[in-house]
Amino acid sequence: MNFADEKFELIEIQRLEGHTDRVWSVAWKPGSGGNGVPALLASCSGDKTFSSFDAATAIWENVGDDFECISTLEGHENEVKSVSWNASGSLLATCGRDKSVWIWEVLSHNEFDCFSVLQGHTPDVKMVHWHPFMDILFSFSYDNTIKFKIFKAEDGDSDDWHCVQTLGESNSGHTSTVWALSFNANGDKMVSCSDDLTVKIWGADIARMQSADGNAPWTHLCTLFGYHDRTIFSVHCSREGIIASGAADDAMCLFVESEDGLVDEPFYKLLLKKEKAHDMDVNAVQWCSAENTLLASASDDGTVKIWQLTSSSGNEKLSL
Amino acid sequence: MNSGLINANPIVYGKKERRARTAPVDVDEYAAEPIDQLEIFDHIRDIKDPEHPYSLEELKVITEDAIEVDDTKSHVRVAFTPTVEHCSMATVIGLCLRVKLMRCLPPRYKVDISVAPGTHATEAAVNKQLNDKERVAAALENPNLVDMVDECLAPSYE
Repeated sequence: MNFADEKFELIEIQRLEGHTDRVWSVAWKPGSGGNGVPALLASCSGDKTFSSFDAATAIWENVGDDFECISTLEGHENEVKSVSWNASGSLLATCGRDKSVWIWEVLSHNEFDCFSVLQGHTPDVKMVHWHPFMDILFSFSYDNTIKFKIFKAEDGDSDDWHCVQTLGESNSGHTSTVWALSFNANGDKMVSCSDDLTVKIWGADIARMQSADGNAPWTHLCTLFGYHDRTIFSVHCSREGIIASGAADDAMCLFVESEDGLVDEPFYKLLLKKEKAHDMDVNAVQWCSAENTLLASASDDGTVKIWQLTSSSGNEKLSL
Repeated sequence: MNSGLINANPIVYGKKERRARTAPVDVDEYAAEPIDQLEIFDHIRDIKDPEHPYSLEELKVITEDAIEVDDTKSHVRVAFTPTVEHCSMATVIGLCLRVKLMRCLPPRYKVDISVAPGTHATEAAVNKQLNDKERVAAALENPNLVDMVDECLAPSYE
């Protein structure tokens, strides 16, 4: 896509209603959405009655032209806050407000089995995220830091997660709660967003990461500031490197790397801002991995919307 | 919870006389009236303090001037002043304010609740908690806390 010359816009192509409460997060199943495999979307919500807790994760499948709900997963004690698929689509991690992280194994098309429950590393873990191709789990939290953990199978029965790095204020990190994290297609750049109204871009040496089995330090590359005026709840990178962000100002922004940057430092610019994308806070944004121009967003208003990125020349129009 | 009150002798101020709102003439009855400072204040002035049988207005925890409203942007900011600097009820009061406004205002409204600068020992921590919607949702799942909040809000519904 030629970002510099063409004009882009986001068109809402479908609205999924079905959750009875705010929708916190959405995730596309990897490998779905292209080559005849129907796109699969997982979304999670919470039911807000004061006396009982109902935590449900729903799986939506693209059947024909529509998305249908095919399965629900129950298990967390209270609201399910976030979902993340690992690279091969064989594992799903969910993180709830009960501060535990659950790992689900995909048994068949619509059957999921709980594989593991990890208890509170850090208080108030906001979200967990897998690295795009290495099984490294990133977690970020209310304490303004990003930690990443590698799963090491020890001798005997104790498999343990070790925290190998913490990105905090001293590494040019965020100055308030980190709400979301996303990786680019190569796995060597990471984008994070926060209550401090910024989006930060981090990088790591990919070769070193692979040779050291995941253990390579991440450094701060760039900070994007001034595009949202309220807490930014979610960021996601598309395969083509478009960063989407969703915030409490009901808007979504798209950023791309700009050619005007200096040699060593990548520079990002705003591609477009979609004001009033939802009626209330946008909690999550996610690109479909197979179809580069499909974006899903979830909001406090209880809906999930599917958007299509189109350019003025009309080349990019793709059908579901 | 220990039986000692945090602030055994709060200063009680009088209640401000309620201004009667005059009905404007020649106004389209179906037009939405913009929400202003006084309306927000009316929603929260009668909230009872968690510890004492007085309203937040009477204890000057909230005042009309500490409220900022922008109806076009659907934004409300409320700053409240706890009666003592180390008041551990500050988060409860903040939660009461947030819940009341959440119930009374249209969903398009964005609400920011904070402790008035310089009035609390752990101001930053309290503010962070009050403005983190997940923390707020978590707090509201605690039935004891919810009961306390409902008790404080009861007088403000009349």
